[in-house]
Amino acid sequence: MLIRKAPDLTSADVTPKQVYLDRRKFLQAMGIVGATAVASRRLLELAIPPQTVLAATKFGDLIKSPFSTTEKQNSYEDVTHYNNFYEFGTDKGDPAKNAQKFNTSNWVVSVEGDVAKPRKFTMEEILKIAPLEERIYRHRCVEAWSIVVPWIGFSFSNLVKLVEPTPKAQFVAFQSYYDSRQMPQGRWAGIEFPYVEGLRVDEAMNPLTLLCVGMYGESLPNQDGAPVRLVIPWKYGFKSIKSLVKIKFQSKMPPTTWNLSAPNEYGFYSNVNPNVDHPRWRQNKERRLGEIFRRDTLMFNGYGDQVASMYNGMDLKKNY
Amino acid sequence: MRALLTSKWTKIVVFLVCLIPLGMLVWRGLNNGLGANPVEFIQLTTGRWTLRFLVFTLCVTPFRKLLKLPDLIRFRRMLGLFAFSYLCIHFLTYLVLDQSLDLSAIWKDVAKRPFITVGFLGFLLLLPLAITSTAGWIRRLGGKRWQALHRAIYFAAVCGVIHYYWKVKSDVRMPLFYGALVGILLLWRLGDWFFKRRSAAGARLSPQHAPANPAQ
Repeated sequence: MLIRKAPDLTSADVTPKQVYLDRRKFLQAMGIVGATAVASRRLLELAIPPQTVLAATKFGDLIKSPFSTTEKQNSYEDVTHYNNFYEFGTDKGDPAKNAQKFNTSNWVVSVEGDVAKPRKFTMEEILKIAPLEERIYRHRCVEAWSIVVPWIGFSFSNLVKLVEPTPKAQFVAFQSYYDSRQMPQGRWAGIEFPYVEGLRVDEAMNPLTLLCVGMYGESLPNQDGAPVRLVIPWKYGFKSIKSLVKIKFQSKMPPTTWNLSAPNEYGFYSNVNPNVDHPRWRQNKERRLGEIFRRDTLMFNGYGDQVASMYNGMDLKKNY
Repeated sequence: MRALLTSKWTKIVVFLVCLIPLGMLVWRGLNNGLGANPVEFIQLTTGRWTLRFLVFTLCVTPFRKLLKLPDLIRFRRMLGLFAFSYLCIHFLTYLVLDQSLDLSAIWKDVAKRPFITVGFLGFLLLLPLAITSTAGWIRRLGGKRWQALHRAIYFAAVCGVIHYYWKVKSDVRMPLFYGALVGILLLWRLGDWFFKRRSAAGARLSPQHAPANPAQ
């Protein structure tokens, strides 16, 4: 098996967070000072910077991916302030507020189950699995809105090859981090945590399936699933699990959170499909954030060339 | 207190206060403050204000009786019409901005999606109430019939709560909160009606007994 050489990005390249001054925060703070103070709390934050704010790491030398769309990217502001991350609250603006202090240091992703080489990956190890690419994907939420995001990462298959799944492995189960002390809003979400998701192994091995560590040239903001998540662009957004801690290869189809919550509304596959409505709303159109009127939703979110063959002979109305 | 409630100025102030949510929405709209999904933001905000104003309207009668402030009635029509106005913005946003006036799609939605059906039903229930809210219509219909018609607000409020409950994905706290408020206000009316019926029956009974005595 070919294991690609590690990228030349090492932990030494990661700017120490104590030294790093988040430009965005700084400019924001300057704006507030200039505009003669909107809220005194912000000013206090400026005087005494909160210790827990993790500075974003910039990623240089990203490989441009042929999978990228040329469509107009959404603004960083939209993608970081309109989030579904129910562990941090169910309003779209909640995660941006409540995930600020989420501690993602010493992150470990455990890979287990039907694999020849189970192991735990630290973030440093994950960043060395394959060269980082920028992939600009369309992202379609089951709620009928969509965004275009320049994600950073590499095909999930690179990690799979390292752990060598056995022939028994038919499915991959994923689990998000959950800590009710760090995520107190989660208890009101109305869904069970930790959040779990799953894919068939062939879906997981599809080159489009991205193990994602950043976006917009930087490491992932907390509210977007820091420090590592999946992005599966031909499926509804809730399949793209955030803040990943566990990956398990298995022979049985794993349970998935939204399917457990409402099985008639959210299936295991959840491929973007304009011909199969959600029981409560139509799926043939979507609103691209930043636009007012809806546009047509594309089959497999426009990624049919890469993924349609995986579902040959399957009734996608039944396997929604 | 009475002078305050009957003052023309109080009514004007209440009217202006009721316009604040709309004003905030317009201000946000002009200042890029509607977030990443403005259409959704307008729908959610106006929907919530519709429910709130329905609750305020339903509060008038219990508060008049419990606080012994009959003059509160002066604000009921205005509050009800504000509920309807916010509902109109809510509905128009759905028709125009959300569905681009695609009438066949809208009709399918109304017929097929229970949460839209029940929301639409609430709108249909409130429409005649808004139309007949004038003094002229009260005269034309007669107080009794007018009042009977305007009890439709109870059902409209229930429709609103169900519409909200069926809309949310999993966090049902807010719909349940409004459901509880509407539930309390409707239960109070049921209790009030029951109590009045009993005391009316008692009042009917006693005069019947009274003339029996002099006959003896």
